[in-house]
This record gives sequence, structure tokens and C-alpha cells, in this order.
Amino acid sequence: MDKFSSHTGIAVPLRRSNVDTDQIIPAVYLKRVTRTGFEDGLFAAWRNDPEFVLNDAAYAKGSILVAGPDFGTGSSREHAVWALQNYGFAVVVGSRFGDIFRSNSGKAGLVIATVGQDVVEKLWEIAESEPGIEFTVDLRHRTIEAADNVFEFTIDDYTRHRLLEGLDDIGLTLTHEDEIAAYEARRPSWLPKTLPVKTAG
Amino acid sequence: MGKTLSDKVWDNHVVRTAAGEPDLLYIDLHLVHEVTSPQAFDGLRLAGRLVRRTELTMATEDHNTPTLNILAPIADPVSKLQVDTLRQNTDEFGVRRHSLGDKDQGVVHIIGPQLGLTQPGLTVVCGDSHTSTHGAFGALAFGIGTSEVEHVLATQTLMQARPKTMAVNINGELPDGVTAKDVVLALIAKVGTGGGQGYVVEYRGTTIENLSMEGRMTICNMSIEWGAKAGMMAPDETTFTYLKGRPHAPDGAEWDAAVEYWRTLFTDADAVFDREVDIDATQLTPFVTWGTNPGQGVPLGAAVPSPEDFTDAVDKSAAERALAYMDLKAGTPMRDIRVDTVFLGSCTNGRIEDLRLAASVLKGRKIADGLRMLVVPGSARVRLQAEAEGLDKVFLDFGAEWRAAGCSMCLGMNPDQLAPGERSASTSNRNFEGRQGKGGRTHLVSPPVAAATAIRGTLSSPADL
Repeated sequence: MDKFSSHTGIAVPLRRSNVDTDQIIPAVYLKRVTRTGFEDGLFAAWRNDPEFVLNDAAYAKGSILVAGPDFGTGSSREHAVWALQNYGFAVVVGSRFGDIFRSNSGKAGLVIATVGQDVVEKLWEIAESEPGIEFTVDLRHRTIEAADNVFEFTIDDYTRHRLLEGLDDIGLTLTHEDEIAAYEARRPSWLPKTLPVKTAG
Repeated sequence: MGKTLSDKVWDNHVVRTAAGEPDLLYIDLHLVHEVTSPQAFDGLRLAGRLVRRTELTMATEDHNTPTLNILAPIADPVSKLQVDTLRQNTDEFGVRRHSLGDKDQGVVHIIGPQLGLTQPGLTVVCGDSHTSTHGAFGALAFGIGTSEVEHVLATQTLMQARPKTMAVNINGELPDGVTAKDVVLALIAKVGTGGGQGYVVEYRGTTIENLSMEGRMTICNMSIEWGAKAGMMAPDETTFTYLKGRPHAPDGAEWDAAVEYWRTLFTDADAVFDREVDIDATQLTPFVTWGTNPGQGVPLGAAVPSPEDFTDAVDKSAAERALAYMDLKAGTPMRDIRVDTVFLGSCTNGRIEDLRLAASVLKGRKIADGLRMLVVPGSARVRLQAEAEGLDKVFLDFGAEWRAAGCSMCLGMNPDQLAPGERSASTSNRNFEGRQGKGGRTHLVSPPVAAATAIRGTLSSPADL
């Protein structure tokens, strides 16, 4: 994963709550077997609407999404994160997020910046009063600079550390191989095994 | 101070704990399907890694598979490639797989319990948010994304921050015609779709104790619909009876050892939850959704709400959007809403008990004019069992379609979709915009309500017949 320290880009105000991962990318777009090429499915149902924010030329090249509460709820599809990244988003700012979406984002390198809903409202106003305005999200200082304002955001310490350093989770875990093996040696024998295959006939 | 059920299971799986880091948890059972795994297997290949514990891993084909002509080559080339990719990956890495046509194929959350692989006290993960289903056995079970699927394949562990704990106390006898589905829909309407964020939830109380395993799975299944990390229930005699004799349940002395451990899996009397919610089951009635998230629900006897009924500005605007999308007018009685399609199936309500319940309502009746009904068993074995009981004939005589097992119209990834503007009564778990097909409109319902609706053509319960 690439290291992330700070990002400056066009802010996109998405004034909707409960944007579940089916809205971020509908199931019919999940058939690809790669991590790329999902940008066409991003907000697919809404992209046909000329009024949709990403169809406004000022926001079309946005990379910081300012979302409403409960963004990324529902399905566990990491494709939602890839679709946002494939489109060009590097950061999503919001007040509440689905747990699995937040976790997937941390693994894939999409920064989830959590702020109060009052800050979201201010960011929406700024982004709408000057369409195409750039915000700067600084992960080192956990700040969002928007016009002349600086807002603080939260992100858990461990995820921030991993993103700043660009660390690979699996590689980190495998440094504890001896502890995993020790745990495995303690597991009771009656725990279920999928192999050899047993079946009701 | 005592421990909660979830804390007991969590503590038993900590491989490593360190200040400032999430715990490293061991995973006992990893279920895999075709949609969220290809990129994970690719990652293993790129890094030259193997599946660490193939004997704790099992794959099936469910999300993207047809429910008609299942042995013919899949018509959609992109869907076919995804299923073929699962077959190649599982062959290459030595992972057990149940393919289309296999008696043990089916929706991943139906086949785990059916095979006896889902057991109390386990950690169970899958690249699917409805993994919470397995919590009905007292397992700590949750959905993960593809990066985490790769992590589990490579290490059999996951890094996880310990969630907070919540008790949902559900007490009292369920009135006639009220099912587990109505309980969980009413709960979500009460707490909201974000009410469980950051929590592992334990459902407890006399209502839960009196539910079958099928009913318990229906409730745990929808834990994610109110944002919970996982939903759990303490195992009891009902759980042990369900498991005994299943293909992968322990037997002989190992059964005794397992049950002895399983009996320790309950929340201690002096344990404290971070939050508690109470539900009086005796006051519940059949519950249905009117909007575009599972929290937008009302009793079947109520009317479509008005945005003005909501004080919170976010809820108000969500209601406005939902009414426009659903093409509903505030004040319309829910019972007056006419549907085009009824879907009976999914990991929420695709088990044999659900099919029996619906068939008991439909038997000897005819489907409403112009309505279509899809009956999609949750697994190939549920289908075989239903056929052995003659339920397929009941459905076919009624005028419904009897399909092969899979996720089907729950998520509309295969050809089973709603057309734009088409309205469904669905026993599945999500009424999101376009979930069952672009422009489709979904009302979430229980199996008896689905059946009664198919008879009358408008949202109905068996009491209306």
C-alpha cells in the first residue's frame, strides 16, 4: 500500500444520508475479478441523473467526498472502496460510517475522516458556495483545511499509523507466525474441520 | 465482574494482544464465495502465499449463480468468469468447494449451519455482511471485505479492535402470525440503521429462548442491518439438538467435550453491557418496510408515514427521498399497497421452516392475477427436503416458480431481478434503492406476509385471508 500523508483535491458535497454500499456500487457491477475498473459502477443509479453532483463539471474531478451520515452501510463489498478509489477519491469525510466499509477503506488505503455532523454541514456549505474548491486533508495532523477554516477529524491511531507508513497487514501479521502456531497447538481436537469432506449423503 | 458471551468467545481467540494495536484473533471457520474472493486469491498468488488452513475453509457458489438451468454453462460471460475463477482458485489452493449441482451447494450462511460446521463458541468470518447469521449458535461471526478475506486465507487470523457490547432483551410470547422476521424489523425501526454501530449485540430473553434455530438465524442475520458488528445468542438445548448428528458435528466423547464447553457460553449474571435495549414481544404485529432502508418500517396495520412525522432533519429528508423512490403517498394504508412480485428466499428466510410456513398459507389457493412469485430455497438440501415434503407441488399448484438454490433476487446479481418501477414483497434483508434490480421497489416482509400478499396482491397477513 502507498504511504499517505496529506491530500489536496476538489471537495464533492454528497447531501444524502444512509448511502449504503449498494448505492456506491450496485451488485451487477461486482462481477469483475480484478481490483480495477469499478469506476463505471460508482453511484451508477444516480449518475444518469443530470442533477447528480458528479455530473456537475465543477465537481466531476473531485477526490474528497463529503458524505452524509451512515455512509457505507450494508453489504461488505470492498468493491465500494475500489469504485471510489478507481474514480479518483482519496478521502471520504463524514459523521458516521458502516463498520465494514470503514475497515475495508483502511485496508485499501482510502482515508475515512470522521467529523461531527455540524462540521459536515459547514464543509457542504463551503464546497457548494465555491464549486470546485480544493480542501486539504492532512493525516499527520488529522485536519481538514477548507477555505480559511481548519477542522479536526478523528481516525483510530492504528489505522492512521498504517496509512502513514503504507504498511501491509498480512506481512505484519506473519511476523507473529510463532504466536499463531502456538495458538493452533492449543486448539481442542473437537473443533470442526471442513476437510475431509463429510456430507449427509 | 463477570463476562458477556461475546467477551468469552473473543478472549478465547486472542492470539496476540499489544498496547495501541488491535487484537490478533484466530478464525475457526472461513466461508468463501465467488464474488468477494477472486482478488484475495490473486493477492496470495502475487505474494507467493498459500492458504494457511484449508481444513478451516470452505467455498460455495451462491451470489452470482442462476436459479434456472443450473447445470448449463452460465449465460452471462462475466458471471461465468467469476464462477470459473472460484473453481480454479479453490482447486489451485486446495479449498473445499460446493458447486452448482452439488447437494451441499447453497447460500453460504445456510450451508454452514446445515453441515454442522457452524458451532457455538467459534469465530466465523466470510466476505459477506450477513455472516452475522451464524451468531445464532453462540459463534462470534461477522462479515469482512476482500482484503480481510486475503488476510484470513494467508494467516487464519484477523486484526480486530474489541467492540462494545449491547444486550437486546426480547421477552414475552409472540402473538399469532408474528415471526422472528417481524421481531427484527420492529427492532431496526426502533433503533435505526446505525443503532448498532460499534457493538456486538447479544439477543436474549424468553422470546429468543423459545425460537427455533431457524428463527434465531433470521434475527442474527439482520444484525448488520442496524449496523452491529455481530449478533449472538447463547447456545442451549435447542442449539445442541439442532447440531447433534449433523455431518461435521462432533460425536462420541468429542461431542461430550464440546457440549461441556458450549454450556459455559452465556453472559455471567454480574456482567455489564455497554448498552441495553428492551423489546416487549407481546406487543408486536406483522411488520413491513415502506422505505429504502430496513429501519423505515411500520406495522402492517399502519399507514405510510409522512416526512413531517420525523423531527430529525436527516430522517425527514431521507423519508422524502424514500417516498419519491418508492412512489408512495403518506397516509396510504400499508395494506393498500399492490405488489407485482413476491420473493421467498435468501439467507434471512430461505430455510425449510420458512418454506413450510409460507406453504401452509398458500396451500389450496391461487396466486393473485398478474403477480409473479419466486420461491428460491436457501440451499440445494433445503430444496430436496421441501420436495420430499411435497412443498414444491404446493408452490407450483399455487402458481409460483420453484427455483434452484442461491442468493437470487435478494441482491439481483443474477438474472432474477425486478424491472424498473416493479414492486416486490420480499423475505430478504435489504430494501435499498435498486437492490433487487435497477429502479425496483422492495418491501421487506416475513414469509407468512409474503404468502398472504401473493394471494391477495396487496401487502397482507394470513389474518386478512
